[in-house]
Amino acid sequence: MYLVQFLLLSAVLFCIGVYGVLARKNAVLVLMSIELILNAVNINLIAFGAFNRSLDAAVPAEVFALFIIAVAAAEVGVGLAMVLTIYRNRKSIDLTEVDMLRG
Amino acid sequence: MFTSLAAEGGGPTITASGWFLENVFIIPLIMAISFAVILFFGKRMPKGGSEIGIAAVGICFLLSLVTAGQWIGQVNYAENDCIIDDESHVICNGVQVDENHGDEESAVAFGENEYAAGTVLVAGVEADGESKGGAHPAVDATVSQRTWWSNGGIDFTVGTMVDGLTVTLLIIVTVVSGLVHVYSTDYVAGDRRYTHFFAFLSLFTAAMLFFVTSENILQMIVGWELVGVCSFALIGHWWEDQDNSDAALKAFLTNRVGDMGLLIGMIILFFASGETWSIIDINKFAIAGETSHTLLLIASLCLLAAVMSKSGQFFLHTWLPDAMAGPTPVSALIHAATMVVAGIYLIARMYGVFFEGLSIGGSSINALALIGGITTLVGASLAFVQDDIKKVLAYSTISQLGYMALALGVGAWTAAIFHLMTHAFFKACLFLGAGSVSHAVHSFDMKKDMGGMRKFMPTTYKTFVIGSIALAGVPPLAGFWSKDEILVGTGGWGFFEGEPHSNGAYTVMLVMGMITAAMTAAYMTRVIYLTFFGEFRGGHHDDHHDDHAHDATHDAVHAVAHGDHAHELVHAGAGAEVHHDTHDDGNHHDQHSPHESGPRILWPLRILAFLAVVAGFLNLPKGFLGLPKGMLQRFEHFVEPAGASYFPPISHADPSWSLAIFATAVVVLAIALAYWYYFVKVNSQSPAATEMINGPTERSSLLKAGHTMLKNNYYLDHIYDSGEPVGAAGATAMATIFGSAAGLALGFSLDNGLDQPFWPSLIWGVVLGSTVFIIVNLALQTGTGIASFVKGRLAWVANWIHENIIDGTVDTIGETSVTTANAVYRYIDQGVIDGTVNAAGAGSSGAGSELRRWSTGQVQQYATVMFAGATLLAGLLIIVI
Amino acid sequence: MTLMVGAVVAQNVFFWILAAIMIVAALRVVTTNNIVHAALYLVVVLAGAAAQFILLGAEFVGVTQVLVYIGAVVVLFLFGIMLTRAKVGAEDDLNHDNLWPPVMTAIMLVVIMAYAVIDFAGSDEIRVLGVQETRVDEVSDAIFTTYIVAFEAISVLLLAALIGAIVVARKE
Repeated sequence: MYLVQFLLLSAVLFCIGVYGVLARKNAVLVLMSIELILNAVNINLIAFGAFNRSLDAAVPAEVFALFIIAVAAAEVGVGLAMVLTIYRNRKSIDLTEVDMLRG
Repeated sequence: MFTSLAAEGGGPTITASGWFLENVFIIPLIMAISFAVILFFGKRMPKGGSEIGIAAVGICFLLSLVTAGQWIGQVNYAENDCIIDDESHVICNGVQVDENHGDEESAVAFGENEYAAGTVLVAGVEADGESKGGAHPAVDATVSQRTWWSNGGIDFTVGTMVDGLTVTLLIIVTVVSGLVHVYSTDYVAGDRRYTHFFAFLSLFTAAMLFFVTSENILQMIVGWELVGVCSFALIGHWWEDQDNSDAALKAFLTNRVGDMGLLIGMIILFFASGETWSIIDINKFAIAGETSHTLLLIASLCLLAAVMSKSGQFFLHTWLPDAMAGPTPVSALIHAATMVVAGIYLIARMYGVFFEGLSIGGSSINALALIGGITTLVGASLAFVQDDIKKVLAYSTISQLGYMALALGVGAWTAAIFHLMTHAFFKACLFLGAGSVSHAVHSFDMKKDMGGMRKFMPTTYKTFVIGSIALAGVPPLAGFWSKDEILVGTGGWGFFEGEPHSNGAYTVMLVMGMITAAMTAAYMTRVIYLTFFGEFRGGHHDDHHDDHAHDATHDAVHAVAHGDHAHELVHAGAGAEVHHDTHDDGNHHDQHSPHESGPRILWPLRILAFLAVVAGFLNLPKGFLGLPKGMLQRFEHFVEPAGASYFPPISHADPSWSLAIFATAVVVLAIALAYWYYFVKVNSQSPAATEMINGPTERSSLLKAGHTMLKNNYYLDHIYDSGEPVGAAGATAMATIFGSAAGLALGFSLDNGLDQPFWPSLIWGVVLGSTVFIIVNLALQTGTGIASFVKGRLAWVANWIHENIIDGTVDTIGETSVTTANAVYRYIDQGVIDGTVNAAGAGSSGAGSELRRWSTGQVQQYATVMFAGATLLAGLLIIVI
Repeated sequence: MTLMVGAVVAQNVFFWILAAIMIVAALRVVTTNNIVHAALYLVVVLAGAAAQFILLGAEFVGVTQVLVYIGAVVVLFLFGIMLTRAKVGAEDDLNHDNLWPPVMTAIMLVVIMAYAVIDFAGSDEIRVLGVQETRVDEVSDAIFTTYIVAFEAISVLLLAALIGAIVVARKE
């Protein structure tokens, strides 16, 4: 297996995630796209770890990936809490309606 | 990479072998493929996918038969008279069967094992007048496995294990599943999720078959969970109705509670037996006594918790009656014949663990037998007060499962499995019969909508009565043979007859079983009266005839299947269509009269009734009427792995004529009593009456209290469903019952032994029960008192702190800030800053109105711009530079 | 040698199948009209990622991915969807009106990243042959010795997230 196929997969997933973050109106879907991004990063890390196994990079890569999973879970938790609060206050999680930064 | 494991230890055993025995995995595989095919292609098929399901089950049934045939062949093979002579030849029945050259005295390979020269393998049958002594080699299960994954020194294997128990369950599951498939093509015809239903029936059958052919405990866990999921999906088939989805959730969550026990128990067993997942190895470790007894006890108790939830034993049984919300074929298949026996199967498979862990041999009480006994009583008592015919059958199932658990708890292994088989047949017959009746009257309520159905549905009536008689245990139907074997197996009758050769003296269990047999007969008589006799009370569908809602497929299907009749039983939910029966035939009146169901419903009923009659003859007891040995105990001979390396040495109780006669007399007496109560007295009030006005429960307040407790399901549901405060009466009632039961058990276990008097245990029971009663009452009162006292004080203190300290600080801060702010405003802000700001403001407002177009407030637009910019920069950096 | 080649071929085959499934599912996540379907496609992507981890010999991370992501995060998403009263079935109000900027950004990004990646690692090979000795103990050793500070920080982060989520989402 080539390293580059994993990196390409990771890049493609990352970009799909970016597209999702920018194109979706529903806040929950944006959070899901962020999950895609984080997973792409994880695949990248683990691929590099496996590639550099001889340099003892596999274990730090896995550790890094685990930490990213933990952080992602925390972020989803807080993010969904905020989405819920917004929903409660505005009865809608359509991001086009959250435009209080409008100048 | 399939290997056959050779047997070890104990007496001589041979390992069964045969193509179907080694490749039995194809049976669950076929059902799994059927599931996938129905799921993907079912909607486009002419019969909505049911033809695939029926074909697959049919094939699996034939394969199961062939597998059973091979197994029987192997057992017979092991019975042959075989001698290994001094020249290392194997002579069976006078014919040399080996290929050795006879010039060595070395070990001889026979079957899969090797024996030293001069070993004699003989069947323990009297031949030519001289008994040859010794036992024939036992047959070990065929195990095929392969390693799937290896990690950290632990091998995870996946494989199958086939022995008599497996083929029994294979046949039971395929037969009942096949008949339920055929039945469902009529029962759920026109349903909006017809294909989905059949897909899940296939998945369930696949999961159950996978479960019973498991070779290691991990696979058993997977199969266990899968059947739980299928049960959830099928109970909640009409999930638009909130009650149905609640029932499905309740079933699943209650099973989850028990699954904790399953996981913990299995993990304990894994570590206790030297890190092996294989069922055979774990059992061997348990039997050989190489594992600590306490560990086995704890593991058995944990697994017992799992069995309690899956097989509806007392206090985790509450999901079973609610599970009747699902379609009747589902209840027949899953909650009567197959899924609920998964727990019983688990105990039977891991019997080495249970036998050693709970010390079943030689004692007079143990947890499994006690729970089984209590379950039989609880189930039977609750079946008396149900109005819904399916709920009666559900409680009856709980009671019969209690019988099976009791049988396993007293060491009557074959009796339990035999009862499992006969129960599967007659309970499925009863459930499908109830479904047939409900198909005609569109309701399950016996009191309101049934009565006198015998005139309208003669075949259903006959099969239902046959099923009930079989359930009650009247000879010569199947239930009698299996129930009697259980009662004999308790060994309690031995007090009156001498040494019974049973595993222990479980007198209490005998009493419980006898009482339950009487109650079973009585409540089934009640059901038959309310449903089939008297006057027809139903037909109140006038209010529904005004709004008909049919869809085109519904009519088309029914035109094909039933001519002008269209029947459907759909629980209407909010917004769903409400389907009704349309009668276009000659005898249409406003009160439509029910009629007999179609052949696809009746033929399964007939087949099951037939099986309920004849299945009992598979296991005639030893020495029955002097018949030749080859006709007796056939079931036990082929199914019980006696002498196998993984089966504990259990004793078999001698059959007893007096017990059989006594039990039959008890049952007949109970039927007569119920007959007198219903057929004579209630009927004499009026043909349409369903209960006695001014009957015993009206006249005696104690009986009324008991009746209320039964109606409330012993207040168990109140305890489990939070939000309903448990009445103090209910709580103390439950606590007293538990306390007495615990006291009885404690007393018996302290006086462990066969010849102890029982009254010390009774005293223990009374003392403990009363103590618990007093404690619970005191606790309830004290608790309420303490709570109200503390609440008031705490609230007052909190309020004082809030008002004086917290609010005071906040107020002071507020006042200070206001003063400071005022000063700043007056001197600094207005004087100095405003001037500068005004000038700057003019300039920026001009720029601002330009840039305002960019500030839409849409975060994602900001993000897009940011990203695009970053990407461009990155591109520049990477590509250009 | 043949066994090794066979194994490599199998790994490649599985990788491409998984990659195809993951990409299709990821595209469906960001384009489908049904929120619940999007969550389920996300499950497919996450499961595919877990499979990729196992393919690369990082079993522990793969299993953790399944447990945490699929088992907890996706469930959390589904709860979020339910609690924000998402409509059952398709709804057509999930994408912005003007999709060109996101599309262009994404395409630009992928082109640049692909170029950079291929330039950097064009012909490097990963060899994952045979059953890898479990490194769960190595991973745990690393977490609790070398990366102990990060571990403690993550613990505090999770605590903060927990409390933060409760505080943000509580009813007044």
